[in-house]
Amino acid sequence: MDWGALHTILGGVNKHSTSIGKIWLTVLFIFRIMILVVAAERVWGDEQDDFICNTLQPGCKNVCYDHFFPVSHIRLWALQLIFVSTPALLVAMHVAYRRHEKKKQFRKGDQKCEYKDIEEIRRQRFHIEGSLWWTYTSSIFFRLVFEAVFMYAFYFMYDGFRMPRLMKCNAWPCPNTVDCFVSRPTEKTVFTIFMIAVSSTCILLNVAELCYLLAKFFLRRSKKAGKTKHHPNHENKEETKQNEMNELISDSCQNTVIGFSS
Amino acid sequence: MSWEFLCDLLSGVNKYSTRIGRIWVAVVFMFRLLVYIVAAENIWKYEHDEFECNIRQPGCENVCFDHFFPVSHIRLWALQLITVSTPSLLVVFHVAYRENREKHHNQKLYKSPGEKDGGLLCTYLISLILKTGFEIVFLVLFYKLYNGFKVPRIVKCDIRPCPNTVDCYISKSTEKMIFLYFLVASSCLCIVLNLSELSYLIFKYSIKCYLKRYIKKCQ
Repeated sequence: MDWGALHTILGGVNKHSTSIGKIWLTVLFIFRIMILVVAAERVWGDEQDDFICNTLQPGCKNVCYDHFFPVSHIRLWALQLIFVSTPALLVAMHVAYRRHEKKKQFRKGDQKCEYKDIEEIRRQRFHIEGSLWWTYTSSIFFRLVFEAVFMYAFYFMYDGFRMPRLMKCNAWPCPNTVDCFVSRPTEKTVFTIFMIAVSSTCILLNVAELCYLLAKFFLRRSKKAGKTKHHPNHENKEETKQNEMNELISDSCQNTVIGFSS
Repeated sequence: MSWEFLCDLLSGVNKYSTRIGRIWVAVVFMFRLLVYIVAAENIWKYEHDEFECNIRQPGCENVCFDHFFPVSHIRLWALQLITVSTPSLLVVFHVAYRENREKHHNQKLYKSPGEKDGGLLCTYLISLILKTGFEIVFLVLFYKLYNGFKVPRIVKCDIRPCPNTVDCYISKSTEKMIFLYFLVASSCLCIVLNLSELSYLIFKYSIKCYLKRYIKKCQ
């Protein structure tokens, strides 16, 4: 189980996503997960070993490292990626639930069911409408929230996105204010800015997808409203015809009743 | 043999689960297994090397580390994941037993081997109770072994061969504490899901039984 398994799970959701959703998923896997695994993990690999403080006092380095890096960048990114991918599971579950209902209908031999076999149900792509629209939109909303929360957490924890070369530490048991040197600060700054930039791109893609879905929803609604307005005369004409038929039927019934009674 | 085996096991169980059971599987995959593999394992990777005591006495560091970490957090976490996933095997075995029985007798004995009724329902309920029980046991074990879920920066050690009370420093204590709290939160979420599923199944089948009896009485 690793990022590959996540790719398999989310790949299934890709079929039912919008085009923007597919782009978002590609950006997530190529520019975030892959960069994290093949590059960023190596850069941060020796973060504690090569974090050096200008003192021989045992324990000072550990304490200073813990003070300046309460949660490592790499772990925060991993958590961010997991949280940001989780809402897509809601869509996967909803699709699985719909498939299950269609299979049930098919097995019961429901005439309304338009599928020829179960394989067709498995392969079918569901359109984002009805309750699936709500699930999909909520998943995008939660994604946005998680991205924003993690970006703020980064900014708050590390006072910006720059990694300094030198940090001054006077936490106990350091005997006085001690200079501590971070390993590969420039490389870490570059990767941090890269990951923040890609997060921002993902936020923009999510906002665009949300706007697209909302626009589609309102357009569909206005089309429906337009249709009902467009055909009221037609409906009224049909109603009056029906009323005339009913009157004729009731008249003929009365005549027959009178005929029988006489 | 790796975590892939556990993934396959849980995916197999998913087929016979209720909706809440599927949410439980998703939570275990995403928030426990994946977090363990991609993040937590690396935090505890060099815990022994990075554990430092303010003394040059050979053996003192080893003895103090062993005293404060009888079983490492990360190993307990792995054991918890495996133990909590295993009761689901009971359900898989029971369904396999039913299918074997049908083959042996060469006739349809059950409406569907995976249908939760009678014996399979009992097995499912037992697996839920066991899962919840194991979660609680591990949480209590964590709490008792480490005096709560805190990871201190410094611990004082005076076990032989340390000549006196010595300061020992734990690496990445804040990060370890955050992930421990994450573990506790995800365990509690799984306990809540298991209890909800248990209540839902008991309620559903009680209503079914009651209705059957009521219809029989009317007839």
